[in-house]
Amino acid sequence: MTSELDIFVGNTTLIDEDVYRLWLDGYSVTDAVALRVRSGILEQTGATAAVLQSDTMDHYRTFHMLERLLHAPPKLLHQLIFQIPPSRQALLIERYYAFDEAFVREVLGKKLSKGTKKDLDDISTKTGITLKSCRRQFDNFKRVFKVVEEMRGSLVDNIQQHFLLSDRLARDYAAIVFFANNRFETGKKKLQYLSFGDFAFCAELMIQNWTLGAVGEAPTDPDSQMDDMDMDLDKEFLQDLKELKVLVADKDLLDLHKSLVCTALRGKLGVFSEMEANFKNLSRGLVNVATKLTHNKDVRDLFVDLVEKFVEPCRSDHWPLSDVRFFLNQYSASVHSLDGFRHQALWDRYMGTLRGCLLRLYHD
Amino acid sequence: MPGKLKVKIVAGRHLPVMDRASDLTDAFVEVKFGNTTFKTDVYLKSLNPQWNSEWFKFEVDDEDLQDEPLQITVLDHDTYSANDAIGKVYIDIDPLLYSEAATVISGWFPIYDTIHGIRGEINVVVKVDLFNDLNRFRQSSCGVKFFCTTSIPKCYRAVIIHGFVEELVVNEDPEYQWIDRIRTPRASNEARQRLISLMSGELQRKIGLKVLEMRGNAVVGYLQCFDLEGESGLVVRAIGTACTLDKLSSPAAFLPACNSPSKEMKESPLVHPPSHGCRSTHNSPIHTATGSRLTQNFSVSVPTLIYTGMGSGSAGKEGGPFKALLRQQTQSALEQRGGSPHRFCRRREFPFFTLTAFPPGFLVHVGGVVSARSVKLLDRIHNPDEPETRDAWWAEIRQEIKSHAKALGCHAVVGYSESTSICEEVCILSASGTAAVLNPRFLQDGTVEGCLEQRLEENLPTRCGFCHIPYDELNMPFPAHLTYCYNCRKQKVPDVLFTTIDLPTDATVIGKGCLIQARLCRLKKKAQAEANATAISNLLPFMEYEVHTQLMNKLKLKGMNALFGLRIQITVGENMLMGLASATGVYLAALPTPGGIQIAGKTPNDGSYEQHISHMQKKINDTIAKNKELYEINPPEISEEIIGSPIPEPRQRSRLLRSQSESSDEVTELDLSHGKKDAFVLEIDDTDAMEDVHSLLTDVPPPSGFYSCNTEIMPGINNWTSEIQMFTSVRVIRLSSLNLTNQALNKNFNDLCENLLKSLYFKLRSMIPCCLCHVNFTVSLPEDELIQVTVTAVAITFDKNQALQTTKTPVEKSLQRASTDNEELLQFPLELCSDSLPSHPFPPAKEHLESASSNSGIPAAQRATSVDYSSFADRCSSWIELIKLKAQTIRRGSIKTTVTVEKASPVGDGNFRNRSAPPCANSTVGVVKMTPLSFIPGAKITKYLGIINMFFIRETTSLREEGGVSGFLHAFIAEVFAMVRAHVAALGGNAVVSYIMKQCVFMENPNKNQAQCLINVSGDAVVFVRESDLEVVSSQQPTINCQSSCTEGEVTT
Repeated sequence: MTSELDIFVGNTTLIDEDVYRLWLDGYSVTDAVALRVRSGILEQTGATAAVLQSDTMDHYRTFHMLERLLHAPPKLLHQLIFQIPPSRQALLIERYYAFDEAFVREVLGKKLSKGTKKDLDDISTKTGITLKSCRRQFDNFKRVFKVVEEMRGSLVDNIQQHFLLSDRLARDYAAIVFFANNRFETGKKKLQYLSFGDFAFCAELMIQNWTLGAVGEAPTDPDSQMDDMDMDLDKEFLQDLKELKVLVADKDLLDLHKSLVCTALRGKLGVFSEMEANFKNLSRGLVNVATKLTHNKDVRDLFVDLVEKFVEPCRSDHWPLSDVRFFLNQYSASVHSLDGFRHQALWDRYMGTLRGCLLRLYHD
Repeated sequence: MPGKLKVKIVAGRHLPVMDRASDLTDAFVEVKFGNTTFKTDVYLKSLNPQWNSEWFKFEVDDEDLQDEPLQITVLDHDTYSANDAIGKVYIDIDPLLYSEAATVISGWFPIYDTIHGIRGEINVVVKVDLFNDLNRFRQSSCGVKFFCTTSIPKCYRAVIIHGFVEELVVNEDPEYQWIDRIRTPRASNEARQRLISLMSGELQRKIGLKVLEMRGNAVVGYLQCFDLEGESGLVVRAIGTACTLDKLSSPAAFLPACNSPSKEMKESPLVHPPSHGCRSTHNSPIHTATGSRLTQNFSVSVPTLIYTGMGSGSAGKEGGPFKALLRQQTQSALEQRGGSPHRFCRRREFPFFTLTAFPPGFLVHVGGVVSARSVKLLDRIHNPDEPETRDAWWAEIRQEIKSHAKALGCHAVVGYSESTSICEEVCILSASGTAAVLNPRFLQDGTVEGCLEQRLEENLPTRCGFCHIPYDELNMPFPAHLTYCYNCRKQKVPDVLFTTIDLPTDATVIGKGCLIQARLCRLKKKAQAEANATAISNLLPFMEYEVHTQLMNKLKLKGMNALFGLRIQITVGENMLMGLASATGVYLAALPTPGGIQIAGKTPNDGSYEQHISHMQKKINDTIAKNKELYEINPPEISEEIIGSPIPEPRQRSRLLRSQSESSDEVTELDLSHGKKDAFVLEIDDTDAMEDVHSLLTDVPPPSGFYSCNTEIMPGINNWTSEIQMFTSVRVIRLSSLNLTNQALNKNFNDLCENLLKSLYFKLRSMIPCCLCHVNFTVSLPEDELIQVTVTAVAITFDKNQALQTTKTPVEKSLQRASTDNEELLQFPLELCSDSLPSHPFPPAKEHLESASSNSGIPAAQRATSVDYSSFADRCSSWIELIKLKAQTIRRGSIKTTVTVEKASPVGDGNFRNRSAPPCANSTVGVVKMTPLSFIPGAKITKYLGIINMFFIRETTSLREEGGVSGFLHAFIAEVFAMVRAHVAALGGNAVVSYIMKQCVFMENPNKNQAQCLINVSGDAVVFVRESDLEVVSSQQPTINCQSSCTEGEVTT
């Protein structure tokens, strides 16, 4: 006796959260059944393995049919085939678009292309995430990217509108899209200690302050309409950053800056002497990062540079985070007292974001 | 009454990409009705076109309006080649034809293609303007309402229940026409869908005409079925119960708010004044003036022949002479068919009712299940306009059912249904129902006496009345074991009662009920034509008998004494027959406590064997005890003295002997008078019997927190919460041809059903505590080694805490006591009457004798050998013999006493629990509930929008790509649900009640990567309002009720 056909269709589509998770995690039906058996469900319910097998198959089939709709979540809301309560719909979408930290760290900042997709095998082996799940996550990134790529307006809003994600998840996707678009390097060994959250935090600050959309008003000039408001860094701004060079190139200015900072922080910093000794190096590092951002290559290396030029030196001197905060605050603020320096607004736009990023990046 | 049909195509969405180059579609729409077609403009390059068309107007006859579906085809415009069809929508506009139902159909419909399934949606608005034209000779029956619900619909009151209506239409099946060889599968499927749609429209119109002829205005319990006879054609047949329904003007006014919706039904007809003939016209379902309405209510048309001449029998109708009279009437009436003095009696040949639940007082006594089957050889239907052959077949079966009922002393059959099973050219026709004695009140027109009776009847103790045997104790149609009713102690009751109806709402039940199934397979040799039919005919009696045996055993094992909702399906395949019986077992307080099951061995000298037997016996006893605990069956102890039991004949033991085809002559009459009272004896004499005992014990009870039944509601649970989940589950197993023995087959089938149930329990575990209601199993044998089981049911949650209460509230109990007292008052004329009651000569029918004989151990095969298959192959044993029943003694009261009783009790306490229903309150927009039940727990149905009756075909030539057979069928069923929901939503409804999947024919050809499936579903589209949304009674409500009861009083006097 073999079962040829075995289906269950409810007027309200049954969604088993546990099975959904197993499906999202890319387990085969057999593996999923084994995992469910291990969870002790048979003992709890008195069911048999055959029942579990049939149930799992059913759910997998349902999910498979839903997947097409999940690719365009608004479709899931308007379709008539599956009657699913709104709360369940939200859960389906949210879980489908959720991703693994380990996976996202692997592809963050990489081009979402076929080439990267070929590497998923390695990522799967490395992270222990099933290839199927890797593919889903990668395709999600790519799909969101494709949809919002050409769109104007707030990145987060666009994502939320077209994928009906929660605010939190939409922000994460905004970061992923932003990183993929600007191809920030995140995979270097010295960046391994950073979490996705760290990058996402930086991405948000950068989107808020360094992109075209951040300027506030949309550019009226029709040529610039092709520029994505939130996805690309403001080219003009990056160009202007060259002006900051004077802060380290002009020796007087640099000395003045140093003395201002040192005066303000004397006695307040545990690592004052180290700071004093390193000030010029640090300042040079931070300003040089800014001035190099006109080159795409250097934009990509932004995080590598920040870690190399600032995070690592401080960390090797064992600066506590509070001291880093004092220092950066004072370092940014003191520039306002430099009479010879005319790019205060530019400095604030640069340093305001950078300070936030650095503080977030500064941990073990 | 011609009309104007107006259609507007608004927009489309989610259309498929038809042009690969642009990834877009240039869509336009063709709107077709009858032979007229309109087209919209082409909306270029969009997957979400906005046509916003003008109103397309069709001027048509109402006959066409009823028959034809509106056909909407969405196409992709192609400049160079033929336009590609995207898909179609068929809209049945029937709901727009009755004034009380929907006024407009408007909404998003899935665009359906028989090859690709649903492909996007289209927004359509449909309206109908009907012109009144009363002078014309009516060919149409616009305005007759149809309900699938097998009880009086919730917001209606039955003025009269006229009786049985049936009709049958035949045609050639397009799939088997010569043209099918050259056309595409799509064209063929569409031709079939369209034909069936047309045929069911025509059928419905014809039934409507019959109803109008009977002066009814509605069909309740409408059941339409398709017989795909293959080469020989396509039959669409329908049965139903014609009624005159009165809409309760404000649904809230007369419906008491209580958790059990069935109670609404019970009370509403009583408290409602019957003299509402002159209500405003808009309420009148028929498009006639108020005057004719009045005539209708007060005309003297006699609803069923049985009651001819009974019109004035109000006074003594419950008296002894009544019964005699009734019998005479029944008989004479049945014979003088058509000779009635009344005009409207022509068609009442069959006193059948497709209803399964009734207004209180309607059902007087229940005799038992009657069924008839017949095996036919199909031949091509030569002339579609003359479906006489099929008509004659059914007439024959119905005649048989009628005579069975007569033999049980009953004049009517309730819970009646018909079905077929077809395999190649052999067809088994089956009909079954429950023989019953009905109260003529509802069958007559609302005369003055009728009203009076209504009032009187209300106070009669009907709690146990239906259990009392309807036939003569002295002329029992078969040996049965009778006792005095455990409730009233006055009347005789059988020891076991089987019925096809729902449990009457006023029945006293102890504990909870449970689903009981008997499953059986029998191998049969492959044969052709007549030899095949003979073989099947020969097998049928054995199957019936064994199915019954199983049911009885399982019932005893559960410690219960009655079955409700019994449905037996016999399915024929190439090389086997399958029998599946489902019913809900309960413990009726009025019936005696069932005895246990005793096992008797045949070879008593073998010691180990003895030991084995006693071990088995112990296991059985343990199971019974466990079940009693599980289902909370703890009837009050009643000592024998109280019961008294001066039963005239010696107590007959119910016996259970195996019928063995191979050694039937060896069956010996055993004296089974073991010491144990009422014990059922299982005689173990061969491995088969062993198997049986084992299978008895292998049936696993549902996990805790789960209950299941196949009736509308679960006896013993009355506090449903609002969460419901309707589902359909389909399983197909392939038998390995090696182990094809009866035993292996039985085991496979049993496992299939049990596993299916287990899966359901597991899947729905999040709903615990819950009950699977209306569990409906259907078995089919699509191919040689395939068994397909389809289950549709609804899981309903209930409140566990309250569920622990017993069914009867203290108030009810005291009422019950009061009524018992009343009955005692009524007793004084009993002696008199009983003397005057002539012992009725009651010649049992021939078949009936035969069937009775099978019960007493005479091999059924012997009587089934000489069969004439051409006309009527097998008169399979009816169920009569299986039901232990017995003639009723006399329970009579004079009019005087009943009047006293009437005064003693209030008109109905339901009045004070009324709620008003704001029609606007609709909290669940977008969600459409579906349920096979006639109600929605925790909600009130405020409007019936019309029936949904849909037929779909889906075919694929890329089975593997669509996920194999499971993926294909899963998607298709989901699509069918979606289309049903969309139609209901477009009608303005938010639920489908009495939903049923009547057919699910699945065929596959994996080698060719092909599969095809046909699904037929139906139900009633309704609007419901959550009880929590209902406002509390407005202050004038009681006054209104007062007035109405006053009016009632005036009319009755």
